Amino acid sequence: MPDPQAQHASPEGRVEVTNDRDAITALGEQVLAAAERAGYSEASRFAVRLALEEAVVNAFRHGHKSLPKSETVGVEFEVDEQSIRLVVTDKGPGFKPEDVPDPTAEENLTKTSGRGLLLMRAYMSDVSHNQAGNQIRMTYNKPDSEC
Amino acid sequence: MASEDSRLRVTVEDGVTRVDFIDRNILDEANIKAIGEDLAKIIESTDEPKLVISFANVDHLSSAALGQLISVNSKIREHSGQLRLSDISPQIYEVFAITKLNKLFEIHETSADAVGSFS
Repeated sequence: MPDPQAQHASPEGRVEVTNDRDAITALGEQVLAAAERAGYSEASRFAVRLALEEAVVNAFRHGHKSLPKSETVGVEFEVDEQSIRLVVTDKGPGFKPEDVPDPTAEENLTKTSGRGLLLMRAYMSDVSHNQAGNQIRMTYNKPDSEC
Repeated sequence: MASEDSRLRVTVEDGVTRVDFIDRNILDEANIKAIGEDLAKIIESTDEPKLVISFANVDHLSSAALGQLISVNSKIREHSGQLRLSDISPQIYEVFAITKLNKLFEIHETSADAVGSFS
């Protein structure tokens, strides 16, 4: 009989996640369990969880703004001992990352949204988007101190 | 005040309202909205409210939670009140620093320091 824990901590996968807190939390736990097994520190797992959370929530909140709530967001993840790679794809029309205002500018500090992309860029080693702007690809390289 | 199913623990002492989060993760948008509504009720029910929000129990928070804190800060200013944040772990503090919200909020190391800072 397959060990459900082993499956839970799978180092790679592709998930169609629904806009549901339990589903998003389960996905995060799946990725973090794989990261823990691959020797990532708590600080690294904090970074990855935050970036994944922001990417998925942004995909639903902005990408799927005009779509039915039942539409899913695709998440691919791959974890090994050197890096963690995440790809989040929504079914929306896409956006231009360069059009997102700098949330740290004085005039934007009191705005209540617009910080997700900044946090993803700050915590991940590399962040890029596809041409259509409906897919974000992120890589977290394990710090030398954790190798 | 906070409703029975609130995600907050609220205590009032010497005119200062201290709020603790029950959840370790402040990520769920519906919960974040409910937290904002509970805090708004606290602010609206007090003259010149003095509010300390402690992050002692918090392991994770999202940018949506930061947005809600900004709304709370604006509301408390509308009511001539004062807001302090406290007990923020180094990991969570980094989120405030990256977003430069450490400039917007008055952050103290402990809730006792925060309580003592009110004018």
